[in-house]
Amino acid sequence: MKSLAELQAIRDKARNQINIREEKSDAIRVLVGMATCGIAAGARPVLNSFVDEVAKRGLKNVTITQTGCIGICQYEPVVEVILPNQEKVTYVKMTAEKAVRVVNDHLVNGNVVTEFTIGANS
Amino acid sequence: MYRSHVLVCGGTGCTSSNSEQIIEALNQEIAAKGLQKEVNVVRTGCFGLCALGPIMIVYPEGCFYSMVKVEDIPEIVEEHLLKGRIVTRLLYQETVKEDTIKSLNHTPFYEKQRRVALRNCGVINPEIIDEYIAMDGYAALGKVVTEMTPDEVIKVILDSGLRGRGGAGFPTGRKWAMAAANKADQKYVCCNADEGDPGAFMDRSVLEGDPHALLEAMAIAGYAIGASQGYIYVRAEYPIAVKRLQIALDQAHEYGLLGKNIFDSGFDFDIGLRLGAGAFVCGEETALMTSIEGKRGEPHPRPPYPAVKGLYGKPTILNNVETYANIAQIILNGADWFRSMGTEKSAGTKVFALGGKINHTGLVEVPMGTTLREIVEEIGGGIPGGKKFKAAQTGGPSGGCIPASHLDIKIDYDNLLEIGSMMGSGGLIVMDESTCMVDIAKFFLEFTVDESCGKCTPCRIGTKRLLEMLDKITKGEGTMEDIDKLEELCYYIKDNALCGLGQTAPNPVLSTLRFFRDEYEAHVKEHRCPAGVCKSLLRYVIVADKCRGCTACARVCPVGAISGTVKNPHTIDTQKCIKCGACMEKCKFDAIIKE
Repeated sequence: MKSLAELQAIRDKARNQINIREEKSDAIRVLVGMATCGIAAGARPVLNSFVDEVAKRGLKNVTITQTGCIGICQYEPVVEVILPNQEKVTYVKMTAEKAVRVVNDHLVNGNVVTEFTIGANS
Repeated sequence: MYRSHVLVCGGTGCTSSNSEQIIEALNQEIAAKGLQKEVNVVRTGCFGLCALGPIMIVYPEGCFYSMVKVEDIPEIVEEHLLKGRIVTRLLYQETVKEDTIKSLNHTPFYEKQRRVALRNCGVINPEIIDEYIAMDGYAALGKVVTEMTPDEVIKVILDSGLRGRGGAGFPTGRKWAMAAANKADQKYVCCNADEGDPGAFMDRSVLEGDPHALLEAMAIAGYAIGASQGYIYVRAEYPIAVKRLQIALDQAHEYGLLGKNIFDSGFDFDIGLRLGAGAFVCGEETALMTSIEGKRGEPHPRPPYPAVKGLYGKPTILNNVETYANIAQIILNGADWFRSMGTEKSAGTKVFALGGKINHTGLVEVPMGTTLREIVEEIGGGIPGGKKFKAAQTGGPSGGCIPASHLDIKIDYDNLLEIGSMMGSGGLIVMDESTCMVDIAKFFLEFTVDESCGKCTPCRIGTKRLLEMLDKITKGEGTMEDIDKLEELCYYIKDNALCGLGQTAPNPVLSTLRFFRDEYEAHVKEHRCPAGVCKSLLRYVIVADKCRGCTACARVCPVGAISGTVKNPHTIDTQKCIKCGACMEKCKFDAIIKE
């Protein structure tokens, strides 16, 4: 170890990895439907895409979890995004690519991607 | 990038209840479901709630699963990790609140705790240096060697008011200042990890859960006093701690955080591990250093103090594991931050190993000045079986008991000394009404008699005589004169023994005499053990009104001392009875009592 900057670089990288173990108050919550219907429709790549994209952008205040069947199996994979003190937004027929856009537009910039929501698809 | 982290306790407590097998089963199940790239299984140090082990926490949800068995793993993986459905039946029930999960930090066990020394235990993987660095590890060392002078470091530690957590409570900053002031070609930094008190396991948990914190602090101490070599003296009975220390040392070397020219500052520091064979006396500082030198671990008189003439005759500082665990945090957050916790003369927090008759056996860290009542009743969850609190022993065989009348004592160094106990390293053994205080004193004396190194007469022979007198009293053969002699001998040993072991050995006797003299007198005058513990003084009898004649007791009695016919009250032949208590345990009608 030759400098504090070198230590800081290791710290930041490692911090990003274990950030998940912290308790976050008023975090943005992303819930991916992972019941049998969700998994069959391809929820797993969607979930992983969210995790990777959030990590890539170093977003600290986001919790990504699984949830059970929401009851609209024909629209799976379903993802719910809940910003603190806001109505939840339900995205349907998600894909890994769509997940990247939701992270960019909704989680980072606060703009709901209307075309992926249940309102635009039912 | 993992979407979920599963933290499994790999401390000694949970390891002994199969956490290794649980980790293995988890990895297998996760691989079978193809989740190995998504779920990270992390072996951590102790979470503290040892009573509920093996313990597992799943993030990001923060689900706290307790008393997990290997058979539960397929269900956890299938339901929780694959499908996202929390396995409610395995949750620690204190965290279940209606439909949601309460944060662990809001449960009674954790709510009043303030984790400084244990901050990384149960949070990071102690075998990965990057995880320690992620929690600002080695930043304090970096700051110290690149931005501060040794005098500035010592001043921060002095100002923080940190006192030695090994038990005696000597101000750490003063110890460092003394060693720094002594000029020598070589100085040493030592760590006392020879935790020997029965019932104490605070240091072990830090060593197992956060070994880098110790290495970093020792390097800081080395910089402060001008030493380039350190030694950790750890007992060989702590195999997990030894293994993790060795891994930590290797990783720190690899990263150049130990060795030559640390942070390009010109500061060199290295640490060696020395394993002790488990003699209690080797926790005494002069004996410990003698043992590091490769000689028989016997104490020698002070002065000269180690800061003047210590290891290999050179100025040496010796601090306890928990003391070191506070150092990096003090450097990073400042002396005022540390002083803001605890009491005026005892700053900061203290880790206690809760044991004995208490619901939440485990490790707790609370600010100094927390009352014993808060620790026992709130954090510790009270006493099992609805029994009454009688006393708590602090400081192990060197300390004393705190009776129920002092439950509201604010625990710090000075308050404990005032009532004849001591902080000690932090063992806190809770006793209920079924504990005989004479028997407890005898238990600790048996320990010190065993562990006395034999070098000085007061300890070698004095403690033996104390034990004999206590034995006589517990057999109902003591006289009132014996009690007086007992007390007199205690003071004699205290004043004349060579080292801390002998000087404090009579404390358990003195403090039980102080608060429970009536129990001693009951043994002597009435030949009665009020708690019903001392075998020679008690009798098992069957209450005829309650006995239904089920014959269960007669069948379980190993010596055939119980007689009677079916459906008629039985009787115990006290001549034959060996007082094993098997009948009492077996009786469903509470018909057998101790007198």
